[in-house]
Amino acid sequence: MSAAGVRLGLRCGVVLGLTLALALAMTLLRAGPAQAQVAPRANQATLDYRLQARSLAPNVWVVEGDNDDFHPKNGCNIINTGFIATGAGVLVVNTGPSRLYGEQLRALISRTTREPVAQVLHLNLHPDYFLGNQAFVDVPRVATAATRDGIARESSAYETNLYRLCGDWMKGTATVAPDRTFEVSGAPAGAASVSGRLRMGAREFDWHVLAGHTDSDLVLVDRESGVAFVGGLVFHQRVPTTPHARVPQWLAALEVLEKLGLRTVVPSHGPVHEGTAGLAGTRRFLQWLDASFGRHAAEGLDMNEVLRAPVPDEFRRWAAFSSEYVRNIAHLYPFYERKALGEPRR
Amino acid sequence: MQQGLAVGHEAMNTAGGSVDELSNATREAGRRGLLRVAGAAFAAGLVTGGGARAQGIAADPFEGDPYKSHPWPDMRREFLGRAARVVFDARVQVQGPSFAEDPMNVPISVRVDPALGKVEEIVVLVDRNPIRKVLSYEPVLALPAVAFRFKLEQASPVRAAVRLAAAGASGGASGGGTGRWVVGGAWVDSAGGGCTVSGATRKDGSWAKTLGDVSGKLFTPAPGQAAYAARLRVKVMHPMDTGLVAGIPAFYLNRLSLRDGDDRELARLQGFEPLSENPVFSFDFGEAPKGGVHIVGSDNNGNRIRSRVQ
Repeated sequence: MSAAGVRLGLRCGVVLGLTLALALAMTLLRAGPAQAQVAPRANQATLDYRLQARSLAPNVWVVEGDNDDFHPKNGCNIINTGFIATGAGVLVVNTGPSRLYGEQLRALISRTTREPVAQVLHLNLHPDYFLGNQAFVDVPRVATAATRDGIARESSAYETNLYRLCGDWMKGTATVAPDRTFEVSGAPAGAASVSGRLRMGAREFDWHVLAGHTDSDLVLVDRESGVAFVGGLVFHQRVPTTPHARVPQWLAALEVLEKLGLRTVVPSHGPVHEGTAGLAGTRRFLQWLDASFGRHAAEGLDMNEVLRAPVPDEFRRWAAFSSEYVRNIAHLYPFYERKALGEPRR
Repeated sequence: MQQGLAVGHEAMNTAGGSVDELSNATREAGRRGLLRVAGAAFAAGLVTGGGARAQGIAADPFEGDPYKSHPWPDMRREFLGRAARVVFDARVQVQGPSFAEDPMNVPISVRVDPALGKVEEIVVLVDRNPIRKVLSYEPVLALPAVAFRFKLEQASPVRAAVRLAAAGASGGASGGGTGRWVVGGAWVDSAGGGCTVSGATRKDGSWAKTLGDVSGKLFTPAPGQAAYAARLRVKVMHPMDTGLVAGIPAFYLNRLSLRDGDDRELARLQGFEPLSENPVFSFDFGEAPKGGVHIVGSDNNGNRIRSRVQ
């Protein structure tokens, strides 16, 4: 199976196979230490996400989602979005999983700051980074070229799958693609990371285009406050999602991030935190997965045996373990298997 | 036997609802882990089909199927034989993921408890696939265990029906579609679409360059580390077209024979359309094959597969 094979094969499965069988998956994986059950912030009866803007620094807000997996109970709001009032309008970081989320986010922004929304930035191609765009049709929506390509390729599958998983929350949701390319100039071909500076109004941001979680992972750091929107490169207390992941590149990206000495880290999934805790946790998980899948493949284990092999307690306690780890295996084990079985020959 | 049947019914009444609610009921049952209760019923032994009716036990439209699946009685007749007697038994262990993250590559492992006796054949059937038969495996000199990946069209039970050698099938006739079959299963949920989409190498046309190429390895765990002395894992490059994508006729691996260095046949497999593109198989052996394993086979167009794995 080629890399493309994995990619295409997964198109229908990408976000999707999901929560349905959580209970079964728990049984299957020998229920680990109980994850703390926190009530969803959303109200399913009124389809109110109950979004709140939490100020991380003057004029910088995060809008936190549940640390969980997609589920109608949480409105499929498992993402942290954010917005920054720059003095020349508001910069919005990601727009959430649905039209409804986008509308409620836009309303929240207008309740929170008097500045109008000036621009939306999408940190990668995954569905909850852009499916709220219907509430932002009047402003430029910016993403890297690779992310724009990815959204064009996968968005209709995303819509179908999120409708299936999230139900009524998705009503009326349709993709409004990003319409402007985040220009990455002066990048040598194949560079592991490209960085630059973006000025908007009174604020300056450092940006970094990395890869590994997806083909293009954008990181935005507000220079004044030190708040860093690190997108999907860091998962904090939550099992990383891997439908487009390439582990070696991801680990390299984490090296780059670590050198930046980030202060306040806003991961897309998992709690906002200070310092390197999330980064280090994500790295521990990826390194463990890399070593463990490599060893299992070298021992000739089949996927179902890998599914049932021991996993360190630390990771079993993370949010979404029981469903996300099944997906990790489906996405990534074939790469290790291929290496163990050697090149096909006649 | 009657006692076993009664236990089974009770468990299934707990697990299932009305006939019309089949799919939801089964899914719910799966979610709540109630199928484990049904599993206990398998272990108690549940005879259905001709045998059950002959004993005058009230007819169950599902013939004792723990998944209460509508297609099952027809499937039993079509694939196992009109007079086939079926026992549902958890000792035919079918493992899969609870949901198909990638419906085009759903991993399934089948293992038959040696206590059941000598296995002649393992047939894998998927109720809600447009093409239900995935493979038939004859573990001639190999262990009764096989793992593979297949394409799943929608959420479905995945079954392994095991035909036992006559000597091991106490009280059951064997062969000619009248045999005794022991059936195990697993429920796999899915977003759907696995059988009606082209594989990647069909889409990009690269299949022709690698058709019939084989990669693989013979794994020998340290003694006592595994239930097998040797395992062959093998991947055969093939587009495995189902025939259900417009304009692309069915094109699939249909025969594989594994032979040792002395040309003794170790096992043989009949494959069908639902096997995954570039399928990966695991075959287990009670003793390491002498002189490696030769893999000989063909597809339904007559293309040959020939390879040797050490």
